[in-house]
Amino acid sequence: MNPFQYSKPADVHEAVHLSSAASRFIAGGTNLLDLMKENLTRPEHLIDITGLPLREVKETASGGVMIGALVSNADLAWHPLIEQRYPLLSQAILAGASPQLRNMASTGGNLLQRTRCYYFYDASVPCNKREPGSGCPARDGLNRIHAILGASTHCVATHPSDMCVALAALEAIVHVQGRDGARTIVFADFHRLPGDAPERDNQLADDELITAVELPAAGFAEYSHYLKIRDRASYAFALVSVAAALDLSGPAIREARLALGGVAHKPWRDNAVEQWLEGRAATHETFCAAADMLLQKAEPLEHNAFKVKLAREAIVRALSDAARGGQAR
Amino acid sequence: MSAIPNGAAAPPFATHSIRLSLNGQDRQLDVLPWTTLLDLLREQLDLVGSKKGCDHGQCGACTVLRDGKRVNACLTLAVMCDGAELTTVEGLADGDVLHPMQQAFIKHDAFQCGYCTPGQICSAVGLANEGRAHDTAQIQELMSGNLCRCGAYSNIRDAIEEALPACRAKGGEQ
Repeated sequence: MNPFQYSKPADVHEAVHLSSAASRFIAGGTNLLDLMKENLTRPEHLIDITGLPLREVKETASGGVMIGALVSNADLAWHPLIEQRYPLLSQAILAGASPQLRNMASTGGNLLQRTRCYYFYDASVPCNKREPGSGCPARDGLNRIHAILGASTHCVATHPSDMCVALAALEAIVHVQGRDGARTIVFADFHRLPGDAPERDNQLADDELITAVELPAAGFAEYSHYLKIRDRASYAFALVSVAAALDLSGPAIREARLALGGVAHKPWRDNAVEQWLEGRAATHETFCAAADMLLQKAEPLEHNAFKVKLAREAIVRALSDAARGGQAR
Repeated sequence: MSAIPNGAAAPPFATHSIRLSLNGQDRQLDVLPWTTLLDLLREQLDLVGSKKGCDHGQCGACTVLRDGKRVNACLTLAVMCDGAELTTVEGLADGDVLHPMQQAFIKHDAFQCGYCTPGQICSAVGLANEGRAHDTAQIQELMSGNLCRCGAYSNIRDAIEEALPACRAKGGEQ
């Protein structure tokens, strides 16, 4: 790890004014310190934000929930408001990482995790995400874990988060503070597809700090399910994950939300598929057709064609489990 | 990692003074910003129970308790522990009386080489404090952050299963 300056501001205003292109905010540190140990990130200045008053989980006037950026993943997953009203989010968080890491990792930091593409992590090889313009060895290399949707010639990495897949399905809103003021970013716009600038994972500017993540009132608590498929039973990143949430009126689907993890540079949603589901009966045939429609756009690489079939089965199973009232019932 | 880089004559980087409670003792320490808690414990305080297995948060051998919650010491900066209450495996016993989790690990022979054991025991005490493991499957899932390359998992699981009620009775002392 490189030497760096350290400061611990007491309020958000001070934190964003301390920030620069060469600084990083640190909260849980679970990904940032790992990247620093690999010399993939070499900040000159770490700004410790753990003293900021961003630890509350509270109900909003519009019936939703505002989650402070510093709430730990464990505290969030086990918060009564989240367990009862947003079980999809609890399930997704508990499907990720380990208990130790969930105790440390923050809500804001989870959004800013970087890909676990092994070429990105290997400083001895080119990587467009690490060194723009240097090339992508994954595209023609070992790409079993890589993207099947929304990739570009420049990058085929996937986003590693489980929590973000549920936040995408729940249409969370990210609150950020910069030097010039505060703004909100809808979750679908927060993370980027790689395009020709894979070095940028998201829309945040250097001086912007995530202060909160807001959940809208609709939590789909009755009919939702998070399904994660990975190489071992626990503590591994998703090959494919699915956050499925339904609003049902008898057998008819009033509203559907479907987000996929492990398949793209960001949590993957397809609004056309969700709209197609609305008004149809929540049957196996409907779910199979929706999965096929979503995966028509899949462009598998040499080693990850299995993900297309896996994603199809996972979508059908997650939607079926959601329609049955989630896994627990 | 905790050392001043070679060739750096007078480092422009200030040490930071932190105060913390370590195994029940108040400590005041001067640390460089890039020193991890694990390096502070092992290299500066001679508390070598916590192990540097992977140094990347993947193996759990460095698990310690911070304010009663289990964390990876390798991914924690010492400078960010100002004001924390830390317990390492060295601080679990009450004098010569072992912690119930330590007793159960001995009784169930829950180790082979012993390298992962301090992290396993601290993690298991953290598990008890969380109060979320109510059956064998939940113990297994919620201990997944601690690897044992000898494969003593079945005995580790049995030890934890037996010790959980006694740990809960201890009432989150750690």
